[in-house]
Amino acid sequence: MAIEVKIPTIMRTFTGGEKAITGEGATIAALIEDLEAKHPGIADRMVEDGALRRFVNIYVNDEDVRFLGGLEAPLSDGDEVVVLPAVAGGSH
Amino acid sequence: MTRFDNLLDSVGGTPLVGLPRLSPSPEVRLWAKLEDRNPTGSIKDRPALKMIEMAEADGTLTPGCTILEPTSGNTGISLAMAAKLKGYKIVCVMPENTSEERRQLLRMWGAEIISSPAAGGSNEAVRVAKEIAEQHPDWVMLYQYGNPANALAHEQGTGPELLADLPEITHFVAGLGTTGTLMGVSRFFRAAKPDVRIVAAEPRYGELVYGLRNLDEGFVPELYDADLIDTRFSVGPRDAVKRVRELLEQEGIFAGISTGAILHAAIRQGQAAVKAGESADIAFVVCDGGWKYLSTGAYEGTLDDAEDRLDGQLWA
Repeated sequence: MAIEVKIPTIMRTFTGGEKAITGEGATIAALIEDLEAKHPGIADRMVEDGALRRFVNIYVNDEDVRFLGGLEAPLSDGDEVVVLPAVAGGSH
Repeated sequence: MTRFDNLLDSVGGTPLVGLPRLSPSPEVRLWAKLEDRNPTGSIKDRPALKMIEMAEADGTLTPGCTILEPTSGNTGISLAMAAKLKGYKIVCVMPENTSEERRQLLRMWGAEIISSPAAGGSNEAVRVAKEIAEQHPDWVMLYQYGNPANALAHEQGTGPELLADLPEITHFVAGLGTTGTLMGVSRFFRAAKPDVRIVAAEPRYGELVYGLRNLDEGFVPELYDADLIDTRFSVGPRDAVKRVRELLEQEGIFAGISTGAILHAAIRQGQAAVKAGESADIAFVVCDGGWKYLSTGAYEGTLDDAEDRLDGQLWA
């Protein structure tokens, strides 16, 4: 069960500069736990007090996990996960 | 009604048109709300006018005032038009990685432009504008990211128009920037037709825009309330460009790149409905026409070329 995770520039200090890493897990929480084992320190940048950090967005196949169950959002083999800092987007 | 006493009175009341070719099936239909048919050619005429009217009503904005606003273009253009007609001066803080057309239009409507650094995108424009506001306490920052009038314009305008034109509506899809469109339209439907699903399409930019962001200094607009949204898609430039070209080729609509991102989310929602065997009437927003983005290179060459050219630009 391999899941590709794209990592933003600001978090690549934990991945040795890698833009994308692979992990495993049936939920986002399990995936983050797996990533933490391989890249110590990375979980703290995504999770705070048992919830996603306010200014971090995580997407599974382009969908925001906050609307898929948050840290309990389910994952399947081949899913693509993207981690991004929150920014103001849109043509305003 | 198609006759108005002046240009400002003509804001809103935009057409809703069906997309017979792009709709996923006869039972799952897409509908485009053509917000480019507003006076300055974008949806932002609605919040801009409402923010000015409410600031006038509560005495914040008085004759001769200078308006200050962080904007990547459309809101600034709308505010500048209204400011010109109403006699205000306007200063716009704009990221330097925005298209030249937007800058020229702003200058034509009389706005002064202050550039903010490309890295950090709109977040930086907001930060710089807040600094300038402190130095000029007499200037009025309407602040679209936190001004309730932004969402109210859509709660009172866009939402009711959609329900009147499409009583069978099941989904509403719009871009997530200031979040004003989604918040306002959602508030309207949560009260008037609570089963309507609210879908956000968020542009995903190149690394430059996120690159220097410290995760503790991110930005979520003050208007944003996640409870008013049901699904949120992140859409990269490749999908946005692909869809904006399909919209022109198949339905004849020439839209800006952010509309491509919104259409992409609308089509994904439609495909999900087909898969689930449900019927759906999905309304989405055409934010503006493609004119202001021709110089970005999004409309010519291969998708790879377009994707490369948009990297690092604030294309939505």
